Amino acid sequence: MSDSSLTTKRAKKQALGPYGKLGQAVNELDERLGVAKGGRTFMDKIFPDHWSFMLGEIALYSFVVLLATGVFLTLYYVPSTALVTYRGSYAPLYGQHVTQAFASSVDLSFAVRGGLLMRQMHHWACDIFVGAIVMHMGRVFFTGAFRKPRETNWLIGVILLILGIGNGFLGYSLPDDLVSGTGIRIAFSITESIPLVGSYLSFFLFGSNYPGTAVIPRFFVLHVLLLPAIIVGLVGAHLFLLVRQKHTQFPGPGRTENNVVGSPMFPIFMAKTTGFLLLVAGVIGLLGATAQINPIWQFGPYEAARISYAVQPDFYMGFLDGALRIWPSWTFHSFGHTIPFEVFIPSVILPGVIFNIIMAWPAIEAKITGDRSIHHLLERPKDNPQRTAFGVAFFSLIAILFIASSTDVIANFFRLDLATVLWAMRILTIAVPLIAYPLTLRIAKELRALEGSSQRKTANLVTRNAEGGYDAVSAPIHPDDALTHHTAIALPTFITEAPAGDTSDTGVRTVER
Amino acid sequence: MTEHHTPVTLSSVSENDPRLQPLAKNPQDVERRIAVLFVAGMVLEACFGWAYWINAQPWILGFTFGMGLTFLGIGLIAWGKYLMPQGPFVEERHVLANSAADRDAFTAAIVDRGGGVIKRRKLLAGLLGGGLGVFSITALFPLIRSLGPLPGTTLQHTDWKKGTFAVDVTGRRVHVDDLAVGSIVTIFPEGKEETDNGQAVDQTVLIRISNSNFTTQKGRETWGPSGYVAYSKLCTHLGCPVGLYEQKLQLLVCPCHQSMFDVTNGAIPNFGPAPRPLPQLPIYVDAKGFIRAQSDFHEAVGPGFWERS
Ligand code: HEM
Ligand code: FES
Repeated sequence: MSDSSLTTKRAKKQALGPYGKLGQAVNELDERLGVAKGGRTFMDKIFPDHWSFMLGEIALYSFVVLLATGVFLTLYYVPSTALVTYRGSYAPLYGQHVTQAFASSVDLSFAVRGGLLMRQMHHWACDIFVGAIVMHMGRVFFTGAFRKPRETNWLIGVILLILGIGNGFLGYSLPDDLVSGTGIRIAFSITESIPLVGSYLSFFLFGSNYPGTAVIPRFFVLHVLLLPAIIVGLVGAHLFLLVRQKHTQFPGPGRTENNVVGSPMFPIFMAKTTGFLLLVAGVIGLLGATAQINPIWQFGPYEAARISYAVQPDFYMGFLDGALRIWPSWTFHSFGHTIPFEVFIPSVILPGVIFNIIMAWPAIEAKITGDRSIHHLLERPKDNPQRTAFGVAFFSLIAILFIASSTDVIANFFRLDLATVLWAMRILTIAVPLIAYPLTLRIAKELRALEGSSQRKTANLVTRNAEGGYDAVSAPIHPDDALTHHTAIALPTFITEAPAGDTSDTGVRTVER
Repeated sequence: MTEHHTPVTLSSVSENDPRLQPLAKNPQDVERRIAVLFVAGMVLEACFGWAYWINAQPWILGFTFGMGLTFLGIGLIAWGKYLMPQGPFVEERHVLANSAADRDAFTAAIVDRGGGVIKRRKLLAGLLGGGLGVFSITALFPLIRSLGPLPGTTLQHTDWKKGTFAVDVTGRRVHVDDLAVGSIVTIFPEGKEETDNGQAVDQTVLIRISNSNFTTQKGRETWGPSGYVAYSKLCTHLGCPVGLYEQKLQLLVCPCHQSMFDVTNGAIPNFGPAPRPLPQLPIYVDAKGFIRAQSDFHEAVGPGFWERS
């Protein structure tokens, strides 16, 4: 029977076609979903390589860690302000009346296996997430990657930053400890400060006058459901646009506005980026293991009439705290109404202005320069001195505000008068950006004017001639560097076996793989 | 099945092509090192499982977990960087924009097809818009209005009333002999010391002034008997409890943004962002010597808000 031949292994293999079982699976899938062409295109996607393109990946992967650790925490945390008597293993708190939110957070740290690690990893991941977003934004800004056609992705990015900061604040509030409770009080007061509607807004937000019992469950829902869902959606949109518009690249040999040079999605980029995910998760794990963060049991439970002396929010809130400290106590009070400018301006208007400028920047720049064409090649910071100078000045303003959030610490540390530090900060807030702008402008312009700037450095061969003078000629490419000097090719569909003994097309060492 | 396929551009290169070569000069050596990393990662993750099993210290859990992933991650990155083809490869960047004709066809579909229909049925379009508009406004009621009560005059009042006894945090009534000169205690209206509102809104500091050059504010001559004064403990900046008392300078200091209030002079702020003095609570000493309130505060306590008169 001819069947008998089918039973031999070899014949079976042949019947499956050249790609065996995988090929069959692809056939089945493609007949139903039509995945072959799209899948191939996806694997062929080219990613340009540059260290600064990793910043967005850090943000993405720390967000993955946030989601994973957050789910764990949600299993044990109890979002309730009901009072319970703490009877856990942390002796100094034993027998105290605390909220369930606080008790469950302390239990997470001491009673749940792996709980403390998860709490600390979650907090570290949050700080890294926000920090990485800011750095990523800096790289997009200073290289001009936000220019047409990527304005939408810039906008999505800014919204992600705001949501990241907001969700960080909400999460920070959940343990209901003394430090974060003070933060919630300040949030209520800031909402109250908005003219006309402030007291209504704050009552609606908290479900009553401060503190009420609704704030913890409400913050919980926002923190674990609503904001993460929006963030996930926006991250998806961000990455979709990135794929659709393709990544930008720095100028270089063979790189034009009409191509992308780099490594393909599969397998090279995939290997590197998956490795990077593991690395980011690993580093956050090490931080969670070795660097204590937010030891709420030391702060104790929140009591409205008590306060801890070192009130310091997470770093991404620092600029707001600093602005609140150095803004003068100007207030408006007449006609039976109060407008607390001393709060409203630094904590509502100022961040509003900051984030609106950032959001509108692509439009602002296009308006100033009149440049409305499409750009896929990046600029180096020195290529655009005006933008770079503005960015540095803007960032320095935020940095000074951040430093101003520790006026008391600075005064103590340097044994200075608090008033001196306060006035120094007020002056620096204005002076530093004003100095940073022209200084950066000058540096960038000089760098740009340097000969051979933006060019890769090459070795020169210097010889001493008979007359004792020196001759310099550019050195030939070192064999070790030869590999990086090839012109780029399109991804091959097939890799053919080299004819025996063929070394012709290389002139380069062949290595065993 | 195969009729309409655009053929895939098939291309091939020889496996000797330099762009397919790895970056590593000595791939076997690199492979060995990566293998070591992977083995280390695997062992550490196994240790993590074991540490979890025996409920080891959190730092051991984190160290094995984190170090293991770090090794695996570095190994994988190195694999991608040193052992995989180093390229460079290039891909064309297609223009996303469509032809003018395509765009016109799209806009035409919206304007001619859709617009025509709507223009002819203005009444229906208007009514539908009206219905959805009404819905979106009424939908706001449950969404926003139910979130909390209206503030009304809540923010203007505290639980202090005429005759309320002042108690400390444990609920004990404060007697005129309780405080040494120069000391301070946080007081609450009796019965409210354990409530949220009592803690967050009514909290008041009672100070026995040591300074003889105390300036009595106009109209407050009877508010501070026997060297006692009582001020709201809520900072007028953002409502932090004004928890620090500088006894020598007789200043109440807010730890949040360092506002300082001069206790000997109506708690007027003399430093920091707080815009107003701390409201003073009028108190009296009753026949038995207990500290009691003459009335509520005469103004809203805490930070500023629009309705604050
Ligand atoms: C949740 C936060 C964010 C995540 C997870 C994220 C992730 C990423 C990733 C993985 C990339 C590609 C790699 C890279 O160029 O770094 C990218 C590109 C980009 N991101 Fe973000 N990002 C975030 C926030 C932001 C912010 C705050 C901005 C700016 C305001 C921004 C603007 C952009 C732009 C314009 C690109 C395209 C860059 C290019 O093609 O050169 N992103 N993002
Ligand atoms: S809350 Fe007291 S100074 Fe800001």
